[in-house]
Amino acid sequence: METLLEQIESGKLWQFPGGIHPPEQKSLSNQAAIGSLPLPEYLVLPLKQHIGANGQLLVNKGDHVLKGQVLTQPGTNWSLPIHAPTSGTITDIKPMPSAHPSAMPELSIVLTPDGNDAWCELETRASLDGLDNKALIDIIHHAGIAGMGGAGFPTYVKADSAKTIEYLVVNGVECEPYITADDMLMRERAQDIIRGMEVMMSILSPQCALVGIEDNKPEALAAMQQAAKHNNKILVRSIPTKYPSGGEKQLIKVLTSKEVPSGGIPADVGVLVQNVGTLFAVSEAVYEGKPLIERVVTVTGNTIHKPQNVWALLGTEVKHLVYSQGFTPVEDQRVIMGGPMMGFTLPTVRIPVVKTTNCILAPDNQELAVAGQEQACIRCSACADACPQTLLPQQLQWFAKGQEYDKLEEYNLFDCIECGACSYVCPSEIPLVQYYRVAKAEIREQKLEKVKAERAKERFEARKARLEREQEERQNRHKRPARSAPAKDKAKVSEALERVKQKRPEQSAVQAAIERAKAKKAEGDTSALEPDNSAVALERAKRKEQARKYKEEKAGSDTGSAPKDAVAAAIARAKAKKAVQAADTVESQEQDPRKAAVAAAIARAKAKKSGDEPKQGSEDDPRKAAVAAAIARAKAKKAEQDPEHNSASASDDVKTDDPRKAAVAAAIARAKAKKAAKEAEQVEEPVVDDEPEDPRKAAVAAAIARAKAKKAAKEAEQVEEPVVDDEPEDPRKAAVAAAIARAKAKKAAKEAEQVEEPVVDDEPEDPRKAAVAAAIARAKAKKAAKEAEQVEEPVVDDEPEDPRQAAVAAAIARAKAKKAAKEAEQVEEPVVDDEPEDPRKAAVAAAIAHAKAKKAAKEAEQEEEPVVDDEPEDPRKAAVAAAIARAKAKKAAKEAEQEEEPVVDDKTEEDVSLDDDTQTEALSPEDKRKAAIRAAVERAKAKKKAQEQEGNDLS
Amino acid sequence: MTLLYALIAIGALALVFGLILGYAAIKYRVESNPIVDQVDAILPQTQCGQCGYPGCRPYAEAIANGDEVNKCPPGGEATVKKLADLMGIEAKPLAGGEEAEPIKKVAYIREDECIGCTKCIQACPVDAIVGATRQMHTVIADECTGCDLCVEPCPVDCIDMIPVAETKQSWKWQIDAIPVKQLD
Repeated sequence: METLLEQIESGKLWQFPGGIHPPEQKSLSNQAAIGSLPLPEYLVLPLKQHIGANGQLLVNKGDHVLKGQVLTQPGTNWSLPIHAPTSGTITDIKPMPSAHPSAMPELSIVLTPDGNDAWCELETRASLDGLDNKALIDIIHHAGIAGMGGAGFPTYVKADSAKTIEYLVVNGVECEPYITADDMLMRERAQDIIRGMEVMMSILSPQCALVGIEDNKPEALAAMQQAAKHNNKILVRSIPTKYPSGGEKQLIKVLTSKEVPSGGIPADVGVLVQNVGTLFAVSEAVYEGKPLIERVVTVTGNTIHKPQNVWALLGTEVKHLVYSQGFTPVEDQRVIMGGPMMGFTLPTVRIPVVKTTNCILAPDNQELAVAGQEQACIRCSACADACPQTLLPQQLQWFAKGQEYDKLEEYNLFDCIECGACSYVCPSEIPLVQYYRVAKAEIREQKLEKVKAERAKERFEARKARLEREQEERQNRHKRPARSAPAKDKAKVSEALERVKQKRPEQSAVQAAIERAKAKKAEGDTSALEPDNSAVALERAKRKEQARKYKEEKAGSDTGSAPKDAVAAAIARAKAKKAVQAADTVESQEQDPRKAAVAAAIARAKAKKSGDEPKQGSEDDPRKAAVAAAIARAKAKKAEQDPEHNSASASDDVKTDDPRKAAVAAAIARAKAKKAAKEAEQVEEPVVDDEPEDPRKAAVAAAIARAKAKKAAKEAEQVEEPVVDDEPEDPRKAAVAAAIARAKAKKAAKEAEQVEEPVVDDEPEDPRKAAVAAAIARAKAKKAAKEAEQVEEPVVDDEPEDPRQAAVAAAIARAKAKKAAKEAEQVEEPVVDDEPEDPRKAAVAAAIAHAKAKKAAKEAEQEEEPVVDDEPEDPRKAAVAAAIARAKAKKAAKEAEQEEEPVVDDKTEEDVSLDDDTQTEALSPEDKRKAAIRAAVERAKAKKKAQEQEGNDLS
Repeated sequence: MTLLYALIAIGALALVFGLILGYAAIKYRVESNPIVDQVDAILPQTQCGQCGYPGCRPYAEAIANGDEVNKCPPGGEATVKKLADLMGIEAKPLAGGEEAEPIKKVAYIREDECIGCTKCIQACPVDAIVGATRQMHTVIADECTGCDLCVEPCPVDCIDMIPVAETKQSWKWQIDAIPVKQLD
């Protein structure tokens, strides 16, 4: 088995996959020797003409420079200097269009030649003696030599390879159509190229150097072989013409059979590739001391009269280049920098020749067809066959179009050398390379951004850490003198915080309510109240449903209890009543309404809480529970009297001093009150449920008792109302007063509710009437309770912060609340249906009751609506009007209630009588008529009363 | 006797597996929620707070806990899409209705107007502003994330957000140069 070196030496060549054979078109420009150009008017020298950083400017505007004088000082990071291509004056240093597809302006030195072409002092040498590698690399570096094949990679970096180089490959392939610059250079300057090679070989000391020349350049091949004859380490190889064998990786494969790994560089496999032009420049730099200031450029194409290769000074504008060779532009003339396969169309001809420019192609439209319409991919896989990198161009195309960058990388997009073979063979004229270029740029940018993001993150985290450290230091500094501060206080604070935290979850509902209220406040306009109200109403409905379910459950569990319940309950209730009366008197006696209200609220909350506990117990033992509940209630009421004064005064101070605080406090108080009300509701229900279980007495008694309770409640309300109404006479104070009054009214309403509750409890005096009556009565009691609740809740929601708006808003809200209450009533009525025990009568009675209740409700609504419409636009009168409106609304509500009650009661009586007659259907219409008349009379009375009251209020 | 062998064998196996598991627990230890890190890696790290969280990582944590992925205007639609892919949810348009392709900007201090108040330095989340009290400040453009946070605190309004200039490196081939024809 021969070694690789032996195989190479024996002249063996390998093949790379894919490749194409485009028309060569080289004979256009390789017939004439390399010409020279007249000095242009000015030269534009971009500071950066290679891959890497640009150097530091060494000259200023107006400086006179000599040919070959260094213009920039290279720094680190692959930077290369540029040199003055001719002697002259620096007329400007400014951004100029660069040799890039975008022609993006780039900082350039504009040099106006003086025509002398005077060289600066050059350091020439005849041999490499006395020069070590470092010195040679330095010379190459300072000559500004970059890869002249196209990429512009700094040659000194390549020469300074840390890896062992086994083969130096010299690229004289020049596979792209039209370009003959290297061909002509090899023909004319083969000796210099070989000298350059020897310089590189002395630096890298490879096993051998291989020169690859396509077999379509026999003259160049012969010239190179002739020049390399003396050195048996230099092997000049003729390789088959195939595009893109001039690609670095392809050439390595052809000459050495080695494959450069994906993402790697040739040095990874011990190969280094240099272009012949670069080696010529190296030779010039080392032996002649000349920096890279000019290069061979092929100027070709059908629109060029004299296509040939020329020595062009770097910085010569393309325009000068083409016009010097005779140029007749055609319509839609394209001027391409580079070859037809890999070059790019220049946006303008005022672009300078740079170190990487090997060809200027100015074709007419026949020889190089304008790209046609992109067609759909037909999946012919011609691109895959042509790809010299064995990629899957078709797949890549899909991913590029879909911007699936991860997939693109997975399919090795970055191994694409952008040779354009795939686009060339594509029958659908898909500009595949274009897609890859875009995708590559995008991926590169994303990677850059990622790096930047990573750095930003690091900095951010470092900053955070620093701030924390500083904070800590500051705290420590403050801590030392303040050590005397007792730890007890801190403990207390933390304890308090703990408590607050623990409480928070319990109060979540309340908080939600407060938040809702606040949100409403923030919105400020009443229009926003409506959708919110609906949400609240929904919530309420849910709660009610829950309560109902709970009740039903309870009723079910309690039905089996002993008959002694009633007696015990009665005793308990009697006690409770007494206690309540006592409490009531105390409350009513309270001169300071503010204190009373607050105290009442607190006490109520307590009472409710205490009431709640025995309620839970009652599920187990109904008898004991009732007694316990009564006792608890009584205690609560007592307790109410005592702490009232203390807590009231305390909380009062907090509340009323600061209006802002007061508002907050009020909000909290309201929330608490609401909670208490809910609890109260729950307390009430089971108690109410206890009673009808005693089948005979309790139910009947309950009806009567409840009726009484309602009367009492109404009285209480009426007592309260004038208080509310009297206040807002003074327009200025009115608003504030209204707010306070409203708060009071709410509290009073709650009180009334409470008053109702215990009263509801003490029934069992009259042991005769029907269970039906009880059922209806219960339903009413519930309705009343719910009404009260509903009246409260919405009012609680919209806290009157802005006194003017608040008054108006309050009025509206209240009116709405009442409406809602009535609607709710209608919804609730089915509850009435559930209760009647006697199935026959109950059904009929219930039907009638519904109808009437609905009528009453509608009437009430109608009465109310004008009130709603009346709403005081005038902010001053608002408070007064609000008070009136409130009074009216309440009256209307009461009326409705009153109407309902007698009517329903009548019916039940009749039902009882019907019980005997068993002629339910026949008699019911009569009942209706009677009831209607009675209701009308009642209503009239109620209205009169209301008017009277109004009159009082207004006066 | 066989029973004893069995016990010994099982015991030995248990010991071996226990050791392997113990080693794996140490070797492949996951320090934090990996999804947070993954999300954080996608976010542009501008630390601008436009998502409503104090920095990119808090937002990453929020996303991991189920927050929306479309709150990052500097990231643009691309970030939203990536996040949606990662979280396995539907990508939504940006919450604020911002443009899909955000323009990269950097802060620029008009240095002759700067009074040296250091307010912008304190505001900068990535310490990309240098300067001292009553000395001129300047932005390190390479480190600036374009978060806008320094513009607000400046009492003399001498900070501009200027779009990052396109360079040859950041330039992209215009695929739109290929004519697009609507087929009926």
